[in-house]
Amino acid sequence: MATEPITGADIVIKALVDQGVEVIFGYPGGAVLPLYDALFKQNQIRHILVRHEQAAVHAAEGYARSTGKVGVVLVTSGPGATNAVTGLTDALMDSVPVVCLTGQVPTHLIGNDAFQEADTTGITRPVTKHNYLVKSINDLSRVIHEAFHVARSGRPGPVVVDLPKDIQQAKYEYVNHANQRHRSYNPQMKPDRALIERAVELMANAERPLFYIGGGVVNSGVAASQLLTEFVRLTGFPCTQTLMGLGAFPASDPLSLGMVGMHGMYESNHAMHDCDLMIAIGSRFDDRVTGKLAAFSPGSKKIHVDIDPSSINKNIHVDLAIVGDVGHVVEDMLRVWKARQVKPNGKALAAWWDQINTWRARDCLRYRPSKEVIKPQYALQRLYDAVKNRDFYITTEVGQHQMWAAQFIKFEKPYHWLTSGGLGTMGYGLPAAIGVQVAHPEALVIDVAGEASIMMNIQEMSTAAQYRTPVKVFILNNRWMGMVRQWQELLHGGRYSESYSDALPDFVKLAEAFGWTGLRATKPVEMDDIIKKMIETPGPVIVDVAVDEKENCFPMIPSGSAHNEMLLGPEDQKASPVSEEGMVLV
Amino acid sequence: MQQQQIERHTISVMVDNEAGVLARVIGLFSGRGYNIESLTVAEVDAQRHFSRITIVTSGTPMIIEQIKNQLRRLVPVHRVTDLTIEAPSLERELVLVKVKGAGEKRVESLRIADIFRARVVDSTIESFVFEMTGSTEKLNAFINLMQPLGLIEVSRTGVVAISRGPEAI
Repeated sequence: MATEPITGADIVIKALVDQGVEVIFGYPGGAVLPLYDALFKQNQIRHILVRHEQAAVHAAEGYARSTGKVGVVLVTSGPGATNAVTGLTDALMDSVPVVCLTGQVPTHLIGNDAFQEADTTGITRPVTKHNYLVKSINDLSRVIHEAFHVARSGRPGPVVVDLPKDIQQAKYEYVNHANQRHRSYNPQMKPDRALIERAVELMANAERPLFYIGGGVVNSGVAASQLLTEFVRLTGFPCTQTLMGLGAFPASDPLSLGMVGMHGMYESNHAMHDCDLMIAIGSRFDDRVTGKLAAFSPGSKKIHVDIDPSSINKNIHVDLAIVGDVGHVVEDMLRVWKARQVKPNGKALAAWWDQINTWRARDCLRYRPSKEVIKPQYALQRLYDAVKNRDFYITTEVGQHQMWAAQFIKFEKPYHWLTSGGLGTMGYGLPAAIGVQVAHPEALVIDVAGEASIMMNIQEMSTAAQYRTPVKVFILNNRWMGMVRQWQELLHGGRYSESYSDALPDFVKLAEAFGWTGLRATKPVEMDDIIKKMIETPGPVIVDVAVDEKENCFPMIPSGSAHNEMLLGPEDQKASPVSEEGMVLV
Repeated sequence: MQQQQIERHTISVMVDNEAGVLARVIGLFSGRGYNIESLTVAEVDAQRHFSRITIVTSGTPMIIEQIKNQLRRLVPVHRVTDLTIEAPSLERELVLVKVKGAGEKRVESLRIADIFRARVVDSTIESFVFEMTGSTEKLNAFINLMQPLGLIEVSRTGVVAISRGPEAI
């Protein structure tokens, strides 16, 4: 439906409103002034002013991943766009739907090295699902709508729309292109029925089956998680989750084996190694999951369900590939399973569970408790205990604290766990927490952080203060870049090259400087009180938890090793040096 | 996982003829470490703005499958066809070869060009430019023979390919 000509900036705003956008995370600058002026003149979309463009993208990721909606970012040309690149890459690796609008110098100046000019589409091409440079006002409304369609459909991801300043000021009529079919982009949602039949056949005959589920289940939506949960329970098969898949299946369910991979559960990794049928759903055989490829689950047949055909047979050759949306695939599997009245091999399954329970009995998360120093695991156990009956969201930074959080905090539903898995971006957690809090103002949002990571986007404390987003930053402060140090111990003879967190700020005073509340815990007995105080304090809070400086993260599959070669604690670490082959891996 | 053989495949990619589409394809190959032996591109349907990219690449069967899936993932890509396995196909390449010389070598170059059915498209007293189309192997053979006869410059198009028979891909 055509209307009177309006400015490009107004076309953008109208398109955003028609796409259901309620909030934008951004930072103004010369090349987006017309857009900011259009924002000023309306009241349907809220703008959250971040303090660095990288944080704008992470906040949009937090918003998107905790709601299932598309996160929206608005930044200026040149440095605004280049600062956003890390966030965009993060969103690409973790399949988060984000639309990032970037300003650009006017079309007649493009290529002239104009002030704040950067080749934004060139720079972001490999780190986005798709990108656009709008060179004609005629294309503008179609491109904005298309960007949202591409970002949210299929395997979600970030999309950049580069908007030259003259396009923002030109006038044209707005046309609502929502729901328009794309001429070449058309991801397959519904699976091939015959493949579903074969998958169910394989499952019916399996003796040592294992569900291996990932972030794709979360991306497919809450309904997909529920369907999958129903299906897993119907089969009675064990179910392990990737870092990104935590929450897609209830952690408290006895069928759940917890996280798989480098710092995953002993029982999960052994089950993966010994299973005879692996049912991978929305997971991508990432190197953090597979460990040594040549020794990966040698005796199993593998079914792989993924919406992205390029994820299939990339690292691991599978026996049955099913392309489609997890929700549709699992729905079909459920139907076929019920129609055929499948009875799994009960005797074999019972023996398999016996085996799994002996692995579980190793109690791989066990650590040596202390009355003198706060063990990071203890801090997280107390935190989980305090929040588990509330509506809580956890974000993390990257490192040891991230893995401990993944191990010790249990998630019953999707959208509540937000972490940078693929890219491993330090500095993700605080801005992501702000994005979550903007979407869920009443919820308890906690960024589990390390003292090194938190420094990478510490400026966002100011954003949280401005918008009164009461995020809680729970710093496990061991005064080391703990994961770097752990690897230096494992691989480099304990030569701690640049991994000490020197000259740290006083986080309590820092909190006060930004108008936050600052708390500190130094002894185990203080933990519960501090956590209670953190939760009860309105407004944003930093908790500086002085944890054991020497603690390392276990269990662990050292790089270059197989799933059944896990280290369970420091004693194992000393006993088995990493191979030459493993040294070169990251 | 057993060691897999390196195979050479010719892949045809139909894309929207829009700004940046070639950069997307090339960036995909360099970013993911795939080989490009040759790449050609031209618009083939002006009305629908279709361009056809023909890529000759090599890799293990697993890598070749990855390449095709990664190409299909690009938003402006309409169709990816592996002409090496999906259909019997024809491959052609065009080369322009400049040969400089005099006397017996000059005569010999002309004789060999005749055998290869190359055409003379430019001539001076001391040089020829030959034009020839054919398979990559035939072009290589011709260029090799011209080497000792005064070859000084080569320009070739890279492979274009099409399936045989009455069906379009």
